[in-house]
Amino acid sequence: MLKYTLKRFGQMILMMFLLSILVFFLFALMPGDFFSGNRKLTPTRLAELRALYGLDKPPLQRYFIWLGNVLHGDFGWSLKYNEPVTDLLKTYMFNSFIVALAAMVIAWTIAVIVGVYSATHQYAFVDKLVTVIVFASLSFPSFFIGLLAIKFFAVDLKWLPVGGMIDTGSNSTGLAYVLEVGRHMILPVLILAFFSAGGLTRYFRSGMLDVLRLDFVRCARARGIKEHAVVYRHALRNALLPAITLLGFELPGLFSGAIITEQIFGWPGIGPIQLDALNAHDYEVLMTCTLLLSFLTILGNFLADVMYSVADPRVRLAQKAEA
Amino acid sequence: MAVVNEKETGTTVKQSVKQPDGKAAARAKRPLPLWRRHLRDLMQVRAARIAVFFLIFMLLFSFIGPLFSPYGQNQLNVRFAEQAPTIDHWLGTDDYGRDVLTRLMYAGRISMTIGIASTVLSMVLGALIGVASGYFGGWIDAIIMRFADLLMSIPSLPLLIIMAALLSAFDVPPDTRIYYVMVMLSVIGWPGIARMIRGEVLSLREELYMKATEALGLSTRSRLFHHLMPNVYPLLIVQTTLSVAGGILMESTLSFLGLGVMPPNASWGNMMAVASNLMDFQKRPWLWIPPGTAVFVTVVCINVLGDRIRDVVDPRAKEA
Repeated sequence: MLKYTLKRFGQMILMMFLLSILVFFLFALMPGDFFSGNRKLTPTRLAELRALYGLDKPPLQRYFIWLGNVLHGDFGWSLKYNEPVTDLLKTYMFNSFIVALAAMVIAWTIAVIVGVYSATHQYAFVDKLVTVIVFASLSFPSFFIGLLAIKFFAVDLKWLPVGGMIDTGSNSTGLAYVLEVGRHMILPVLILAFFSAGGLTRYFRSGMLDVLRLDFVRCARARGIKEHAVVYRHALRNALLPAITLLGFELPGLFSGAIITEQIFGWPGIGPIQLDALNAHDYEVLMTCTLLLSFLTILGNFLADVMYSVADPRVRLAQKAEA
Repeated sequence: MAVVNEKETGTTVKQSVKQPDGKAAARAKRPLPLWRRHLRDLMQVRAARIAVFFLIFMLLFSFIGPLFSPYGQNQLNVRFAEQAPTIDHWLGTDDYGRDVLTRLMYAGRISMTIGIASTVLSMVLGALIGVASGYFGGWIDAIIMRFADLLMSIPSLPLLIIMAALLSAFDVPPDTRIYYVMVMLSVIGWPGIARMIRGEVLSLREELYMKATEALGLSTRSRLFHHLMPNVYPLLIVQTTLSVAGGILMESTLSFLGLGVMPPNASWGNMMAVASNLMDFQKRPWLWIPPGTAVFVTVVCINVLGDRIRDVVDPRAKEA
């Protein structure tokens, strides 16, 4: 177990290192930098500024300087927002995080309940309806449903705010502030939840169907255990087990911010920041975001693997046989 | 489709051996060829029939439709700009007086072509790389799979955005850009496919019939393409269908952000970009609701169809 974890950990570090090379040189390929868009600068001033920010050195040298800084926790300076990238991301990442966390909790709750219900009532009306909704959730372009929701709930019915995090010009504090933010969160959270609930419901439904067909479930029924207990105590536990892996994959999504949804609702999260940084050629910000999200993805995969082998002894045995 | 032909000829041979004299009787008893049986099974479900109907409709609408339209894709008519739907303009006109319905058809051409072409590209790449990786194993496999892992660990939308920004930085003209968008989509598409095909090949490689081809002394090429690949096709067909849907969604998202297909070329995504303008968004929904609906309908139908194809061609996955 420990050996496996250490081996996977080593692989993870190697992957992160390779990834930093890939991402850095992807950005080094970009012609133009933050200053080249500014036509007011004279060529000498341009050269001075580039030298000041180390943009004139060859890419390989820049990579090692950058890597050194990153290892010391310094991700560079955002030229557009004029503050360290880490400070910038800290603020916006929290905004993305609360929306993503709320959406995730809602999505998982709905998915487990609906998935179990439609698996135990296969081919019933509700099950068919669920299948239709799942297909809809997998097929809607995220920006389209966002726009429709704004048009319907915010513009036509005026139930909810159109976008942003707080009302324009509002300076409420305390509970009023929390409620205000909460009201602005409703639409983006529900839409994000709708999107991830689709795939998850399908996953739990088929997982539950598989488990219900296994021998130990038939055995439990034969022993005269109540159907309720068979489903929730015997089957559900086993159906939930593989979902641990999914939790690992959710990790990057919690911080990455949903670029499209946040952009549409004007939510000040990581998503819009990336698009802004792109337009301003503020590559340090964009590069840090990309790198951070990729690291989280790799970390998520690692955690998923390790957690799964902790939770499921069968996997552990398979690893031993392999080694 | 090689698998279909092989099985078809296989049954004919068997039966002509059984009944050498009664050819007509043999033909009458001969089971339908595999693809006809699959097609019949496919169409047995109502949802699949509806999906196929709508897909054919969308294809005809986009590829044949413009021929019946009195307007051109970029035919300007400022006098009739920003009109709500009328008898002349069924879906109204945009700010340049272009007919929205006509643009919707042309946009469908581009969006669907990009979805299909990028899928074909990533399929070919992914399948070849996956088969090679799974079949040869060893260090080739290790290098390819690590590289695929690397690409897969970068979230796809940011990666696409970076690639699109590269295109913009190099000033690629709008018409050429369409091709680059296809390539971009397949850059993020192939690793997943290669990985899946590799897994399939790894398990098929251990099957007895593959050992038999080895014992028979067949060449590597023949074993790969005549014996291994035909068994990967079912999985490949399903995945192709589903990833066309993904391609169309991705293209529309990118174009919506102004990073995919660029005007004057219309695509379903960039037609919806007008919605970021508050006036168009609130007062002229006929500009952005039809393209969004078109994407949704097309993608839903492809997904339903893909799901049904999976049930039909891959009996192992037939769960419910």
